[in-house]
Amino acid sequence: MNEEGKQTERREFLRRCLGGAAGAAVAGVTAAAASRSKREDYVWQIDPYKCTQCGLCATECVLNPSAVKCVHAYALCWYCDLCGGYHQSYTRDTDTAAEHQLCPTSAISRTYIENPFYKYDIDEEKCIGCGVCVKGCGAFGNGSMFLQVRHDRCTNCNECAIARACPSSAFVRVPASDPYILKKPKQHKADSDQ
Amino acid sequence: MISNRSSRVDLRAVKDKPAVGWLSMFMLAGLLLGVVPTDLNAQGKLAQIKPSFDETGHVPPDTTVPGPRSNRAEYIDLGALVVALSAASYLSLKARSRRGIMLLSVLSLLYFGFWRKGCVCPVGSVQNIVQALTDSTYAVPVAVLLFFALPLVFTLFFGRTFCAAVCPLGAMQDVVLVKPVKVPIWVANTLGLLPHLYLGLSLTLVACGAGYLICRYDPFVGFFRLSASFPMLVFGGTILVLSMFVGRPYCRFLCPYGVLLNWCSRLSRRHVTITPEECVQCRLCEDSCPFDAILLPTPERNSEPRAKGIRRLAVMLVALPVLAAGGAFLGSRMAVPMSRLSDRVQLAERMRLEETGRVKELSIETEAYRRTKEPIVDLYREALAIRGSLGKGGWALGGFMGLVIGGRLIALGVWRSRKDYVPDRGECVSCARCFRYCPVEKKTAFTKETIS
Repeated sequence: MNEEGKQTERREFLRRCLGGAAGAAVAGVTAAAASRSKREDYVWQIDPYKCTQCGLCATECVLNPSAVKCVHAYALCWYCDLCGGYHQSYTRDTDTAAEHQLCPTSAISRTYIENPFYKYDIDEEKCIGCGVCVKGCGAFGNGSMFLQVRHDRCTNCNECAIARACPSSAFVRVPASDPYILKKPKQHKADSDQ
Repeated sequence: MISNRSSRVDLRAVKDKPAVGWLSMFMLAGLLLGVVPTDLNAQGKLAQIKPSFDETGHVPPDTTVPGPRSNRAEYIDLGALVVALSAASYLSLKARSRRGIMLLSVLSLLYFGFWRKGCVCPVGSVQNIVQALTDSTYAVPVAVLLFFALPLVFTLFFGRTFCAAVCPLGAMQDVVLVKPVKVPIWVANTLGLLPHLYLGLSLTLVACGAGYLICRYDPFVGFFRLSASFPMLVFGGTILVLSMFVGRPYCRFLCPYGVLLNWCSRLSRRHVTITPEECVQCRLCEDSCPFDAILLPTPERNSEPRAKGIRRLAVMLVALPVLAAGGAFLGSRMAVPMSRLSDRVQLAERMRLEETGRVKELSIETEAYRRTKEPIVDLYREALAIRGSLGKGGWALGGFMGLVIGGRLIALGVWRSRKDYVPDRGECVSCARCFRYCPVEKKTAFTKETIS
């Protein structure tokens, strides 16, 4: 075999070796990443006790409208006639007129239950997650409305765009098996005691 | 709404004119505490007790909790990735079909891009891998792990077939390429350093807890989702317009994952060849590559004396550690500007400006932070911790860049003789464009046809 042929063979051999090493490196890094991380899958969620309703959830999500929606803990709600989350703060009329509603997309519906109680439901198709109602409900009512990442919509991004923007660090990773941080009546009691 | 407005007025007013500010605050607080609730109470509209629903027996419904999307979509994605990688490798190496590659890249663009909205993508997955290695509280999903590893493994066997027809970002640039312009070789070589910097920087940021840079500046994800921030759309639009005239500008001059693919492709088991058989040196393929990834044959003999070449190599080898050390020092000086890429540091800096009175206006972010009642010192401390770890990360990043530049200089200075027209294994994305320029290819195809 001539000189050139030998050289090519040597080069080829070297490349094979390095290729094998690179393959091992890829496998090693992948295995290390897999073994050093937690077993369970995690998803993004808002801690309602940290949330300050700054409004970034509505604009920062990669989805439009946002995967963050207002949810309602009915067990906490007082079923007020004049609802801080439903009505504009200046209004004294408790009707359903558009000009008295707080929600910019009219996503909250109000149903009469019995005197003087009214039930408030959120239409998630319309809700944009701006948190205006949450702020109102927290200011005048019980705080039974709060923001949550809805996992039927959330695409569980690599780095949640809202989490990055969230100034109050309210975005946390929670186990996929328990993906919501809901407000409960018991916790409400503890809150009011403080 | 009222509470929001009042607090905003307070903070600003306090800074401007203390006396008037306090007065207005008291007035607003009075308005808030005194007027509104009493008014409502008087009307009896704001309930004070838990409702009992004696008449109707209404039971408050539970809050709905729709579960996370099942993992099935991820496994379908993984299956699609494997199928697409295999198909791309077959089409470019075995079938040698440009049309097939083109069709597959359009399909990939539609599926991984517009249907799956460009996420998970292997380009960003390097960040998850680094986060999993540095942050023990993070769980990296199986799909992300395999999205990281599979294209690299395929590249080790077949070359960059992933880039050819699977990557939606590459496909996007490839389908709009109408009039490729030759990039001067020195420009291409210099810009070719950028992906290394981008890879190093984004991985350093992830390791220091400063966020995912690659995802933030993904060029086309805004088009895939049909929504993005303005800077993102401008960036993506620029890349898209540029890629009409410059072949795959993102892949060649920015893509961080491309660096890893480039390394793997150099070591690949097999790789596409321009000609199916013996090269006849007809020069027809010389200008066929829009990505300038075809290496031309060298002259028979190196005109340069051997001793001179050896001396240059020796100088380069000595310069390599010097470059690395210099880069490391420079990198460590870059901690402050690098840390500004972290949103947490941005928030802390803004807060500092407001606290020291250099900025009067409150930003929406600082206002929200103030409302959490967390001590501002905590925020400063957190930002300083990120900056501190970026100082250390800067050493590593700078050292890496020094090595990359040194390595490139060495590679440029070493004489390698080539007899034929061959693809540059590192840069070639196996797009199969050059095949149809080869007369040998036409001849073999013709012979096959006549035999059958």
